[in-house]
Amino acid sequence: MRGVAFTRLGVIAAFIALLEALCRFGIVKPLTLVAPSRMVSTLIDLIRAGDVGDDAARTAIEVGGAFVLSVLLGVLLGAVIHAIARLRQAVAPVLVSWYAVPSFVFYPLFIALLGLSEAPLIAIGAFSAAPAMVVATISGLDRVPRVLRRVALVHRMGFWETLRFITLPSALPSLFTGVKLAFAYAFIGVIAGEFILSGGGLGYAIAYAYESFETAKMYALMLLVLGVGVAVNAGLHLWEGRLLRQRQR
Amino acid sequence: MTRWLDSMAILLALLGLWYLAWWQAGDSAITPPVQTLKFALYLLGNADFWPHVWATLLAFIYALAISAVLGITLGLVLGLHRFSGEVFEPILASFYTIPKVTLYPLMLLIFGLGLSAKVAFGVIHGMIPVTLFTLAAVKNIPGVLTRTARAMRLSPRETALHVLMPAVLPEIISGLRIGFALTFLGVLIGEMFASQRGLGFLIINGINQHDVARTTAVIVIVVTAAVLANGALLKLDRHARHEV
Repeated sequence: MRGVAFTRLGVIAAFIALLEALCRFGIVKPLTLVAPSRMVSTLIDLIRAGDVGDDAARTAIEVGGAFVLSVLLGVLLGAVIHAIARLRQAVAPVLVSWYAVPSFVFYPLFIALLGLSEAPLIAIGAFSAAPAMVVATISGLDRVPRVLRRVALVHRMGFWETLRFITLPSALPSLFTGVKLAFAYAFIGVIAGEFILSGGGLGYAIAYAYESFETAKMYALMLLVLGVGVAVNAGLHLWEGRLLRQRQR
Repeated sequence: MTRWLDSMAILLALLGLWYLAWWQAGDSAITPPVQTLKFALYLLGNADFWPHVWATLLAFIYALAISAVLGITLGLVLGLHRFSGEVFEPILASFYTIPKVTLYPLMLLIFGLGLSAKVAFGVIHGMIPVTLFTLAAVKNIPGVLTRTARAMRLSPRETALHVLMPAVLPEIISGLRIGFALTFLGVLIGEMFASQRGLGFLIINGINQHDVARTTAVIVIVVTAAVLANGALLKLDRHARHEV
């Protein structure tokens, strides 16, 4: 198992070294790609100079808002849909075709509805993330064994007790998959929205740097976005592993 | 009958939401359903519209073919070679979850404006799910199947054709369905930035020129096409699963 992790690190390190070499030896022009070491140093300079703080804070608020909103909405809607069999059958086609629809096309509509602020970006993020949480909630609730529901009835457990001791433990793995997907989709939705039409945020900053030919700044910001995305995903992954292990004990 | 009624109810609810959005946001943001439908039909009957459709379709077909071939090949290789699979699967999975729009300047710098950038954009979006689904399918082939094949002394070719392929096909079709949707999304995003033609260009151009009627109509056409294609692939998906 450790061999796998080491090899993975090695592969990533080799890839970065290759990029570095390509740039250092002038095989790739600096207007196309800057060396990874320069991306890092530019990023550090930008952070020191306080140039990214505002955009990063704005993006964090938008992604955080979209993520929380989509998880809450997703769990709520999922529970309702799971409870009503006929509703579930009726909305199933909507849920499966949701991700076939490029959701960012609705972004201008959200701007018209909510004004040009953080709100439409939160809305587009939640719009693209919530269905994943709905689907995960439904499949999580499906996984609660019927015999355990009967145990809850026999013990005359109340709503919260049932939720805590019966429903959540069985539904947890599926719910967590939903949470991970919801974060990824909220992040993608918000950054894409900022790219297309916005006056602030990291996506906007990258597009702006590109249009003004600030290649080094652009790559530094891209590195920041990709780094944050990978870090949060890895964090969620670790947390998931810990929760699932605790459950097994 | 109830099912049909329920579907109609859902459709009506969606139309109701649409009206509500129009009523709230007004003509400067969205056009109401009937007017949009009329304009969409007008566009579909207009000779100027079709070159954009063909441009998108061409880029999409290229991108889908590349995504499918590369994704399935890579998935098979990584699925069969367990060690590389474990090394690369998390890397691919985290690439799947990052916003790939941020890579668009890089794509433009490498491929320039035009068809190849659009195709590249579609491929980076669509290839990963195909790879991940194929990988999972190959990795999860039940051991009993391969042992049975050996016990029956099937030749490698027979094993591949009659045992392995039917076992992995449903998963691969699911992967292709998701890859299909994401490739389409990638091509549209690519067209929004890197092109003067195609449906994505029409949408972004409509947004920039505040041509609400055109934007709404093109969006409805795009969404309808995506949902119909997804429905057809879903049928194929279920069919493949029932056969196994």
